[in-house]
Amino acid sequence: MGLLSLFRKAPSSARLAKERLRIIVAQERNARGSPDFLPLLRRELLEVIHKYVNVDPSAVQITLGNEDGHEVLELSVFLPEAQRGV
Amino acid sequence: MAEIIVVTSGKGGVGKTTTSASIACGLARRGKRVVVIDFDIGLRNLDLIMGCERRVVYDFVNVIQGDCTLKQALIKDKRIETLYVLAASQTRDKDALTSEGVQRVLDELANDGFEYIICDSPAGIEKGAHLAMYFADRAVVVVNPEISSVRDSDRILGLLASKTSRAEKGNGGVKEHLLLTRYNPRRVASGEMLSVDDVKEILGLDVVGVVPESPDVLSASNAGLPVILNDDSDASHAYEDAVARLLGETVPLRFVAEPKKGFFARIFGS
Repeated sequence: MGLLSLFRKAPSSARLAKERLRIIVAQERNARGSPDFLPLLRRELLEVIHKYVNVDPSAVQITLGNEDGHEVLELSVFLPEAQRGV
Repeated sequence: MAEIIVVTSGKGGVGKTTTSASIACGLARRGKRVVVIDFDIGLRNLDLIMGCERRVVYDFVNVIQGDCTLKQALIKDKRIETLYVLAASQTRDKDALTSEGVQRVLDELANDGFEYIICDSPAGIEKGAHLAMYFADRAVVVVNPEISSVRDSDRILGLLASKTSRAEKGNGGVKEHLLLTRYNPRRVASGEMLSVDDVKEILGLDVVGVVPESPDVLSASNAGLPVILNDDSDASHAYEDAVARLLGETVPLRFVAEPKKGFFARIFGS
């Protein structure tokens, strides 16, 4: 401390904390409204898909949206390059 | 008409009981009829913070199970005329609290003319925490400016918005307030601690109070004297401000700026 601290730039771990929180909180809020079975559904679908295509776990995305007053379950699977058109 | 205020946080050790005790005292000091209830079944602690641990004969669960009347279980505070405490039970029975039982006690308290019912929630998101918030009109969410506390609070906000009577009935939901504790303006200024504005922005809540980190909080709990009653303490003033805001008064935030250092302290360090 003392003289040196006048010139040293303070490290901002608070900013890092805020960034991390912003992301995780947004993610958890998104998941909040959705039914509890979604993660399980995602896992089981992934297992089935895995039998036929070797996909990455992050390639299966399930979202529950609302369109014109109807609940829409949207499932998208990104197939790896080499498998396409097989 | 009694107003039910839950003091909650998700994470443990952030100051729920300290806050419940101080808010209850603050409201009662303003002449309101107040009861503060410990919902932490099995881990009773509010009685210690309120300094009435040796006067607990009957508790919350005794009332619910009909072992005694509500009047017998209410502990009258020795310092403030209009303040009462309802202690938690030390039973290990997780199902001792029932939704119907809690509702019955709350209704009876309201009928007895209590104006404020403060529910001191246990940590976590189990049954005790659920029942502490279920009947609430308002929630004071206690948060430390620390990453896990903020995240847990957001989880609690999700529960307040869905798993409460007000949310289920759709009549406006529970009004939520943010109360920061263990705030250290010096560390905020040096970028080591999340600021009031950071936490406010992440959680999207209005701030009802910022309580600075203070050694007086520990001395207060050592003595069984809610810290708001120590009029020499910054923590007391901060809680007093929070009580004023809960009552709808507009009070500027104090204790959020770093205390000014003198010229010499700056040059030679402290």
